[in-house]
Amino acid sequence: MKLLLEKAHIEGIRYYDTYRKNGGYSSVEKALKMSPDEIVEEVKKSGLRGRGGAGFPTGMKWSFLAKPEGVPRHLVCNADESEPGTFKDRYLMEFLPHLFIEGMIISSYALGSNTSYIYIRGEYAWIPDILEQAIAEAKEAGWLGKNIKGTGFDCEIYVQRGGGAYICGEETALIESLEGKRGNPRIKPPFPAVQGLWMRPTVVNNVETIAAVGPIITMGGDEYAKLGAGRSTGTKLISACGNLNKPGVYEIDFNLSVEEFIYSDEYCGGIPNGKKLKACIPGGSSVPILPANLLLHESNGNKRLMNYESLSEGGFQTGTMLGSGGFIVLDEDQCVVRHTMSLAHFYNHESCGQCSPCREGTGWMYKILKNIEYGKGKMEDIDLLWDIQRRIEGNTICPLGDAAAWPVAAAIRHFRDEFEWHVLHPEEAQTRNYGLAHYAEPRTIVAAQ
Amino acid sequence: MIQFSPEKINKVNEIIARYPEGKQKGALIPLLHLAQEEFGGWLDAPVMDYVASLLDIKPIEVYEVATFYTMFNMKPVGKYVLEVCQTGPCMLRGSDQIIDHIKNKLGIKAGETTADGLFTLKPAECLGACGYAPMMQLGKFYKENLTIEKVDQLIEELRAAAATAN
Ligand SMILES: Cc1cc2nc3c(=O)[nH]c(=O)nc-3n(C[C@H](O)[C@H](O)[C@H](O)COP(=O)(O)O)c2cc1C
Ligand code: SF4
Ligand code: FES
Repeated sequence: MKLLLEKAHIEGIRYYDTYRKNGGYSSVEKALKMSPDEIVEEVKKSGLRGRGGAGFPTGMKWSFLAKPEGVPRHLVCNADESEPGTFKDRYLMEFLPHLFIEGMIISSYALGSNTSYIYIRGEYAWIPDILEQAIAEAKEAGWLGKNIKGTGFDCEIYVQRGGGAYICGEETALIESLEGKRGNPRIKPPFPAVQGLWMRPTVVNNVETIAAVGPIITMGGDEYAKLGAGRSTGTKLISACGNLNKPGVYEIDFNLSVEEFIYSDEYCGGIPNGKKLKACIPGGSSVPILPANLLLHESNGNKRLMNYESLSEGGFQTGTMLGSGGFIVLDEDQCVVRHTMSLAHFYNHESCGQCSPCREGTGWMYKILKNIEYGKGKMEDIDLLWDIQRRIEGNTICPLGDAAAWPVAAAIRHFRDEFEWHVLHPEEAQTRNYGLAHYAEPRTIVAAQ
Repeated sequence: MIQFSPEKINKVNEIIARYPEGKQKGALIPLLHLAQEEFGGWLDAPVMDYVASLLDIKPIEVYEVATFYTMFNMKPVGKYVLEVCQTGPCMLRGSDQIIDHIKNKLGIKAGETTADGLFTLKPAECLGACGYAPMMQLGKFYKENLTIEKVDQLIEELRAAAATAN
């Protein structure tokens, strides 16, 4: 069942008139007849969890928002989308801007935000025009501005471009950046819900989270909660990339198996040139990489499903995370050491430099991985890498430290033999890749049933 | 003299008005984008000082921000900046070969500009186009699903465009 992308194929759906004719803004109409607290209640009942990566329950986050007398509150939408492998928010904003703006209006009303901001990564330079047009159209139709539809509620939405920095996806760095500063994360507490943008109570939510609010109001929180699997309610956008026949953005049911997602023609259509699956990072570059055999099945032998609980089954020993839904697939020709080195370079480049374990540790990890990849590594380097990542994790101001440590830890945990092979065969490692070893398992389904 | 056109000044005022009274510094990053576009593709110190004066903040507050973000160029760049993504997911689909090809074809290293001032190669980190890899950012837009042939064609087109512009 599609909730978010249902109308994506309709010609001209980017424009207000077409969107409205196809049932658009009926969710806002319904919401404006409810009280703000009733909306928060519906979102709580829906079980919606933040789609930015951490999966925190949205209704609960909203209910934490402080409401001191006379102090403005803000809704800030996180459209920084910079986690490698993730490109779903871009799809929503480019093709369904009004679905997103509907969610912004309802959420602003529910939270009492008269001025809401969309912070979008600077590189998505053509998207602010699309959003600003949608906002202007919505305003023209009376869904934004002063005294919206006679409710007495005023609301303006502004789009701000970032300047190119992954760290600004972290909510407190994003707030700093919106204030016109360097993107250095703040020490928490205080949390944004109490002191956020300009020290005012602030809610930061991901684009996909906000976009889900319209459908939740339309169908009701209880109905939304019936979709999905257990605590993974509703639907999720997955951005699939790497070695796949049909990479792209898909809206999935949380009961879908990982195997079907990769191999069926309805989704990614399998791996090009009949190659075998070697490994996958299913939730954006920060989550642990898994070899094919662990990816497709839980420890009890059941098929692993595309939801929060199933993907994390087994903890970090044998599981991973749904994260942002950036699904990265590596085929049998890919080198795990090289891929991990590339990610280590990314985190080193993106560290804001405030905490020494992250600033220095990410640099050391990159250097060591580069040595191993280019045939200059020693056996002790593998243990040293393990040691460095362990010392970063949990010892930093923001979770970027963990995000940098986990990919390295998981690569060593599951692919240690590939690292050792690089050390033992430095020359051969320059001419060919290690290949599959024992990581893969023959797949059991051929195509979609 | 560094000065926005009256039309751009209107835009500046419109951006500043998005922030509450006294919080106009919020407009800094958007104004730096405007300034970089307007004043030659990079941010020279006098340009940053001008932005500081528009926001009534100290120049150092602008420098420290401009140097933090990768999109702001602190030295002159070519007319066309080829920002090719090199992060993992793009690497899996051949971004290394695209970057090598551009280096060889243009005779420059990463971060360098061709002698004719036309092209700068700037390897970039994930640009949110991983499913359409390999890819590059060129000005405001992305060029996706790149191949060696597409890159060759693009470079020819840009050369032709620059020749007619002159
Ligand atoms: C280094 C780092 C980068 C992040 N990048 C993003 C991002 O690009 N988009 C996003 O929505 N959340 C990102 N987050 C998570 C945000 O801090 C925050 O949890 C999220 O925006 C909350 O929204 P949600 O509850 O709707 O998911 C990032 C977190 C960290 C630590
Ligand atoms: S963990 Fe890294 S990115 Fe986060 S605040 Fe510390 S240095 Fe900055
Ligand atoms: S890794 Fe290149 S666009 Fe994401």
